[in-house]
Amino acid sequence: MTMLRAARRSPGGVHPAYRKEATQGRPIENMPLPPLLRVSLSQHLGAPAKPLVKKGDRVRRGQRIGEAVGFVSAHVHAPTSGTVQAVVDWPTPAGGMQPAVEIVPDGSDEWAADLAPCADWAAADSRALLARILEAGLCGMGGAGFPTHVKLGPPANKPIDTLIVNGAECEPCLTADHRLMVEQAAGIWTGARILRRILNARTIRVAIEDNKPDALAAMEQALAAAPEADAAIVALPTAYPQGAEKQQIYAVTGREVPSGGLPMDVGVLVENVATALAAAEAVVEGRPLTERVLTVTGRPVARPANVRARLGTPLSDVLAFCGGLREPAAKAIAGGPMMGLALPTLEVGVAKTTSGLLFLAPDAAPAFTSLPCIGCARCVEACPMRLLPAELSQMLEAEDYETAEAYQVLDCIECGCCAYVCPARRPLVQHMKQGKARVALKRRQQQERKAQA
Amino acid sequence: MFTAVIAIGLTGAACGAVLAVAARLFAVHEDPRVEELMAALPGVNCGGCGFAGCADYAKAIARQQAPLNLCAPGGAETVQKLAAVMGVAAAPLARKVAIVLCGGDRQRAARKFCYNGIADCAAAAAVGGGDKLCGYGCLGYGSCARVCPVNAIEITPGGIARVHPELCIGCGRCVRACPRRLIHLVPAERFIHVLCSSKDKGPVVKKACQVGCIGCTLCTKLAGGAIKMDGALAVVDYAQPLENEAVIEKCPGHCIVKVPAT
Repeated sequence: MTMLRAARRSPGGVHPAYRKEATQGRPIENMPLPPLLRVSLSQHLGAPAKPLVKKGDRVRRGQRIGEAVGFVSAHVHAPTSGTVQAVVDWPTPAGGMQPAVEIVPDGSDEWAADLAPCADWAAADSRALLARILEAGLCGMGGAGFPTHVKLGPPANKPIDTLIVNGAECEPCLTADHRLMVEQAAGIWTGARILRRILNARTIRVAIEDNKPDALAAMEQALAAAPEADAAIVALPTAYPQGAEKQQIYAVTGREVPSGGLPMDVGVLVENVATALAAAEAVVEGRPLTERVLTVTGRPVARPANVRARLGTPLSDVLAFCGGLREPAAKAIAGGPMMGLALPTLEVGVAKTTSGLLFLAPDAAPAFTSLPCIGCARCVEACPMRLLPAELSQMLEAEDYETAEAYQVLDCIECGCCAYVCPARRPLVQHMKQGKARVALKRRQQQERKAQA
Repeated sequence: MFTAVIAIGLTGAACGAVLAVAARLFAVHEDPRVEELMAALPGVNCGGCGFAGCADYAKAIARQQAPLNLCAPGGAETVQKLAAVMGVAAAPLARKVAIVLCGGDRQRAARKFCYNGIADCAAAAAVGGGDKLCGYGCLGYGSCARVCPVNAIEITPGGIARVHPELCIGCGRCVRACPRRLIHLVPAERFIHVLCSSKDKGPVVKKACQVGCIGCTLCTKLAGGAIKMDGALAVVDYAQPLENEAVIEKCPGHCIVKVPAT
């Protein structure tokens, strides 16, 4: 099996310092159970789950404690066995408060047998497999957290022919997916095969950036050990944001997702490697999503590491497991430096989407003043969606949402390339996020008015 | 030469006739009262009435599609004038002014983190729920001040929005601009206010702010029905008279204050 090269070079993008050396060679460490887990019921995109447990209830690992509400939502499961201490409103990394279930572990870590293992998945009905994915509470573990079962059930008129398993991990500093590919390549391939069966897709492509030769080798070895028809690894040139869905589809297949469209419009579906592995565990072993691997890194961290932690583990405990801080940090970020969210508190629990915990030293996160746009157009060159960030940000500053909508502000993927290159240090991504929210709100109101009329 | 004069003259007469007929046929009958109503309105075009400026509101009144008491800047006097033009009796309108129901400036309210982004309240509120520890308080990035048509809102050096009641025309734009819904229109003659909007319970409020309502209910007993509890928050009921200034002294949270009436 030869390794494939990228079909196309996606436009724009930047080459930030990747800073993955601190953790890329470190095997994943299993973190011991903390004294208290605080499992958020809003770890996915969409409506928060409805709590199914109350104070004093005994739960077992894998037991459903939050039920999906509505179409775009996901179940939440107890990450270990123990007693429910309370259901509280707790801050989320995205800001705002959402209900969370506090569980005091009993240490036995006993599994609930709600989901039977299914070793013979190849013979199982694809609808039954999809039901298992829903049952296991899977959502996109790359960061966006879109419920996986929704993604895996496209409408009948949008058949998927290609499944891309995303192992690009283009975000600087993060190595969690990298280590998963090195250590659990076979499991990722099993997950990919299961996802392909659910989708009835023809082709599997595993996309990995070429700055991870050991991951490429491990994934290739695993494929050689269990050969698979029409499955291959694509080595992508290292660039940011190579792991972004639309950019990756273009690089791997040469197809361009239309403006305002979804990958299924071009017959492609992208799933993160961690999600594929979680799918394999959910189906083959009957284990719902109860833990994830995250990279704890940054210069102030005493012992940077890749940690497998239970969902709901307070980030302060994760940091303590990594030896705490050896020098003061100015900023803590959930995720990577480009797209991660600055954390207001470390008492937030590990969520299904928490791919990293990054600390920045004061000199790496200086307070700055934004200056007016000087019209250099570096952001235009860097934008992988070929938008005009400078123009858009000025429209949005002037609250001209109509023009911004016409200039496709909703196509912005918030990758941060524009703000990264801006010499005037303009908060371009924040403008875009604000603008997208306002335009989306305006559209919703218009639809409501139309529905009323 | 003579023919030319005749030809031009006839053309002119023909055009004139067409225009005369058109003027009769397509005449737009404008209500003469619109002009008078326009004159009666203050002309600040604040949009507080919900129409696109004073002219639009005047037209709506003339068509009897809008009530007379929507103009906040004009106040009772304008209502009287409008009523006179329309030939109807109008109930007088009490002057209302905006007030920011939060007293937690930088010295008194704790901050969670250092916010370094767009100076806009909605943008700041979207980052980790806002940089203020209190999830209800004024963020002080001036979204209200920017929409005020008469510059009546000041962001104090302590980083909190303050309405100058003597300048406020009560148009209500700031009320809609505040992402935390802290600004309310209150009768201008009222001077005792609860400057807190936190619905958190006492211990949480105390941690976040030195001038927050801790929900002790002491003021409700002193105010004789003019202050009511909304959960753990004391709220002034502006429909009831409130003269007992003792509530200001007695409030253990120091959040009931006297704002000079105008």
